[in-house]
Amino acid sequence: MKEEKKYLFDKPENVQRLLRGFWALLILLLGIDLFISKHPYFHWEEWPEFYAIYGFVACVCLVLASKYILRPIVKRKENYYD
Amino acid sequence: MINAVPPAAIFIIGAFLIPLLRGNLKTVYLLLLPVLGFINLLNIPYGSHWSFNFLDYTITFLRVDRLSLVFAYIFHIVSFIAILYALRLKDDLQHMAAVLYAGAALGVIFAGDFISLFIFWEVMAVTATYLIWARRTKASQAAGLRYFLVHIFGGLCLLAGIVINTYNTGSIEFSYIGLNGLGSSLIFLGFGINCAWPGLHAWLTDAYPESTITGTVFLSAFTTKCAIYALARGFPGTELLIWIGALMTMFPIFFAVIENDLRRVLSYSLINQVGFMVVGIGIGTQLSINGATAHAFADILFKALLFMAMGAVMHQTGKINATDLGGLYKTMPLTCIFCIVGAASISAFPLFSAFATKSMVMEAVAKEHRTIIWFMLLFASAGVFHHAGIKIPFFAFFSHDSGIRTKEPPLNMLLAMGIAAFLCIFIGVYPTVLYSILPYPVDYVPYTAPHVMAQLQLLFFSALAFTLLILSGIYPAEMRAINLDIDLVYRKFAVAFLWFCNVPLTAFRNGIQNFSSRAIGAIAKFATDPLIVPELILKGIQIGVYKALTTSSTGTNPKIADLEFRFNRLIKMRETGRYYGTEVPRRPIGLGVLISFVLIFFYALIYIITR
Repeated sequence: MKEEKKYLFDKPENVQRLLRGFWALLILLLGIDLFISKHPYFHWEEWPEFYAIYGFVACVCLVLASKYILRPIVKRKENYYD
Repeated sequence: MINAVPPAAIFIIGAFLIPLLRGNLKTVYLLLLPVLGFINLLNIPYGSHWSFNFLDYTITFLRVDRLSLVFAYIFHIVSFIAILYALRLKDDLQHMAAVLYAGAALGVIFAGDFISLFIFWEVMAVTATYLIWARRTKASQAAGLRYFLVHIFGGLCLLAGIVINTYNTGSIEFSYIGLNGLGSSLIFLGFGINCAWPGLHAWLTDAYPESTITGTVFLSAFTTKCAIYALARGFPGTELLIWIGALMTMFPIFFAVIENDLRRVLSYSLINQVGFMVVGIGIGTQLSINGATAHAFADILFKALLFMAMGAVMHQTGKINATDLGGLYKTMPLTCIFCIVGAASISAFPLFSAFATKSMVMEAVAKEHRTIIWFMLLFASAGVFHHAGIKIPFFAFFSHDSGIRTKEPPLNMLLAMGIAAFLCIFIGVYPTVLYSILPYPVDYVPYTAPHVMAQLQLLFFSALAFTLLILSGIYPAEMRAINLDIDLVYRKFAVAFLWFCNVPLTAFRNGIQNFSSRAIGAIAKFATDPLIVPELILKGIQIGVYKALTTSSTGTNPKIADLEFRFNRLIKMRETGRYYGTEVPRRPIGLGVLISFVLIFFYALIYIITR
């Protein structure tokens, strides 16, 4: 049997590399934020890491609400309308 | 008369030549149509042209100002891209429908009056329906019919509003309307249905994923954006639009997270993006209207790009559900890259288009200090990255390996995606080009350190949430299932209503009908021979009396038998109606005439005497 070609993410170490790069970038973003002067419309935009926290919390809430509230209400079998 | 013709005319007349051409000639012709249109567009001067008198009104086919021109530019560009993408299609009718659809959209954009606006509006509905039907599956036929019915309803709202409005104002000019009174409300609602407002949106998520691979690319560009144009023209600064738009950005992302069909995910994110534009129109400042139109421009490109990428996946694998896909980056790397460009653009990454356009709307909202709206839009911005920016490329091209090994789509499809991807990045890198064609002068700089930083934080920490939820297994698994939406109302309750009409109501109707027809039959029979009833009663009494008098007698009494025979014959006559035996007393007609003459004589006599 012919061995299939190994692709980029077939190797676990590449996935690990990607993730490690991602963590590093996040820390970098958190770090730079402290040194940027802001001129916002709302005072909470000046809080350190406001956007990071909001983005994270928003997405977690989004997924949890979709999974545990919306899906049980609206999910039907694929042939529901047939 | 001027040198330029209405852009709609080039497309609409051009569409009818498509079936006459074959082979390479047709390919060249199809690509040349939008190019010709664009050259024509560049020669159009500002102002109103091609005006005609119709009854007491003035029809204007070509009202040119900066607002209509922005939409016209992007409609030409996306027409070229979508036609290039659909070039290998062997379905002349579909080509025609698509070009007519684009032409009608251009007609709407340049319509200076309500009558031509309404006509092009309806042509769009019909041609779009054909693009859905063209997939020729049972599901697409049903979805297309539902699409058609919803849009006919919307069109009728619009028409009713136009009639009332024209009656009130005496003018059919299509300019600022503003929300006041019944007429304008109906026009507002008619635009809103095409704009996929919450509750009126289900036609979009129902029909677009059922259309053909190439048809959806056209569909995603025109209908909603024409509605955005119409709202920007007629209802800028309407407070209600701000809330409608904010809701539009919010609710679809929840559905998109749990949706399995990736083109349906994109349909939900289409509503989400249109929501930003609606908010921009509702705010009504120069910055926000600029933001809405700029975002419409950018959205047409990246949404077309994403639909093309998903269409390419569908074209090559025949599948579109997230449960069936995954690992396609191995064999479709170019499509994967184009898809990621589209995803980055819709998510508003710095250097991609929406970063320079959506942020104008956000800025306008912040400038007006609308805190709740601002938080809603920020939530939607994070959410759109989550469901469109990550989910689409991740589940199609990465995720678990579906084992599908295919190859890249045909060259024309790759080229179309490449052009769209290039433009997405171009707008992101050089937004000033787009800013220079917006309706109002632009005094906005997207690339400031805090803005870039804020957006990067928002997006990357959304990505962190996605990564952690996927790694921990909390992220909702893709399921072979559908999710109910508001179309349930007309897909199930309408069926229930039809059942109610068909079964209980019809039974009730039948009951009444049977009763009344029997009653009428009985009365009619009685009326044909009213004497038969007293006669029957008399004969019945006669038999009864005879029987009572001759109870003791033995055997059959011939007299009673004779009476019963007559009685039965009378009943039979009554049933069959006509035949009278000789026994039935018949009076000659002359007798009746004589009696009536006598009566008239006496009447006349009394009349003369009493005078």
